[in-house]
Amino acid sequence: MIIKQLSVFVQNEAGRLVKVTEILHDAAINISALSLAETEEYGVLRMIVSDTDKAAEVLRQSGYKVKIIDVICIVTPDVPGALSEKLKLLAAEKIDVIYMYGYSNDGKAHLVLKTSNPKRASELLL
Amino acid sequence: MIWNPKKESMSRDEMHSLQSARLHATVKRVYHNVPFYRKKMQELDLEPGDIQSIDDLSKLPFTTKQDLRDNYPFGLFAMPKSQIVRVHASTGTTGKSTVVAYSRKDIDIFSEVVTRALVSAGVTAEDVIQIAFGYGLFTGGLGLHYGAENLGATVVPISGGNTAKQIQLLQDFGSTVLACTPSYAAYLFEALQESGADAGALPLRVGIFGAEPWTPAMKAKIEEGLKIKAFDIYGLSEIIGPGVSVGCDAGEWLHISEDHFVPEIVDPTFLKPMSEGQTGELVFTTITKEAMPLLRYRTRDLSSLNYAPCECGRTNARMSKIYGRSDDMLIIRGVNIFPTQVESILLEIPEAKPHYQLVVDRQGSLDTLEVQVEIDDSYFSDELVELSKINKKIKHKIESVLGISVILKLVESKTIARSEGKAKRVIDNRQI
Repeated sequence: MIIKQLSVFVQNEAGRLVKVTEILHDAAINISALSLAETEEYGVLRMIVSDTDKAAEVLRQSGYKVKIIDVICIVTPDVPGALSEKLKLLAAEKIDVIYMYGYSNDGKAHLVLKTSNPKRASELLL
Repeated sequence: MIWNPKKESMSRDEMHSLQSARLHATVKRVYHNVPFYRKKMQELDLEPGDIQSIDDLSKLPFTTKQDLRDNYPFGLFAMPKSQIVRVHASTGTTGKSTVVAYSRKDIDIFSEVVTRALVSAGVTAEDVIQIAFGYGLFTGGLGLHYGAENLGATVVPISGGNTAKQIQLLQDFGSTVLACTPSYAAYLFEALQESGADAGALPLRVGIFGAEPWTPAMKAKIEEGLKIKAFDIYGLSEIIGPGVSVGCDAGEWLHISEDHFVPEIVDPTFLKPMSEGQTGELVFTTITKEAMPLLRYRTRDLSSLNYAPCECGRTNARMSKIYGRSDDMLIIRGVNIFPTQVESILLEIPEAKPHYQLVVDRQGSLDTLEVQVEIDDSYFSDELVELSKINKKIKHKIESVLGISVILKLVESKTIARSEGKAKRVIDNRQI
């Protein structure tokens, strides 16, 4: 399934992350998945939220650089080899996985992937 | 259009005699009325009679900002306080503030030169001019105000800051001219965009921007964004305030009201006069001011002079846009760096915004220069690889121009303070 992800540029400084989550809280936006990619100087916060457009708007108003992008979300059984099977499907069509994050619970794994071709990837991973 | 063709378009010979007569009178007055100048001249074995023409200018002593501080508050006044109708003062961020004074005639001169500047920018009595320079001790607001009233334009004296109100009045009053600092103009444009307003639909047509150095590329960006024609107004309170010189339609040079302020360019290190076209420190001598005339005041601004008649019809001396400040010049690992160089580079890189800050530090015995840059919204990628490419591209470009290695740091939007007055571009943390 293709879903919208909100990416936010944050500086590596104490309190910057708190600020972002506060702004989302004030706008009554719920975060359902999140990953933080970081370098020495800055990071990119990637989130799946309850209202992507509204979240982008409130963050922009506070001066944040945000971007909404298409990612795909898949659910696999939480067993060895399940992910590898899915990734093979993508590899077979030379679709790159740029990054991914996820978790497993109750026997299921939920994964968010940014790929070079979200549309085709979501068809393959249905 | 030329406001005062007699004074702005006189022949060089006429200008020479006018300046010479006025300089002679000024030197005589300060010698007799200002103990500071009498002492300085005596130390150089100079008498007022030694200064007969403008060619004798280089015999005179220099005046510096420190001299103004040392004579704080009223020590350099050349007339009794009863004849002084106004004082202005600098904010004094780096020490005691500097005070300047005006007689009634000085205020008239101030208004006259600002009117010349406005007319050079194509402003007429029909215009509505929104003055977003600060009013108060700073000369910007009141200076523009008197000049604009003198011209007969409709003045909106909103002063600096309060961006939401600025935008509202631009729309409601249909201001056709905006006067403020260039960094504030850029900030206003961003705020306009964010508010969803169409900058092109505003009646605004002319910008009078000054009080801080800016590059031609930044000018182009503001002109394109606000759909206006921008003019550079130059001045400093010590000489009179804004209106010492102003840009015209015919190019990038600024016309100096040379019948009031005589320019020189000197080598900032050896203080020797430099010739036409050479870049050095701009020095002014006021030759008509009554309350507080200054001889050879060192502006610390770097510029060059051009005495060729201009296509616009003016014959007065022109100065180049300010290249930088002789005291803003950073010496990092022995290399001279001007903040405006960084600005020029950033304006050429679409991925970067021209908002930047330089942080100079010393690690061990090595100076470091950190350049903090905002990434342009449309180039923001959530992939670290892409961000790192942009980082490298900007870093490489800056290093290739400056000739020293820099630490490039991409920062969040607006973390680089957009000052509503002068932009603070450099933070020097070195303890030397």
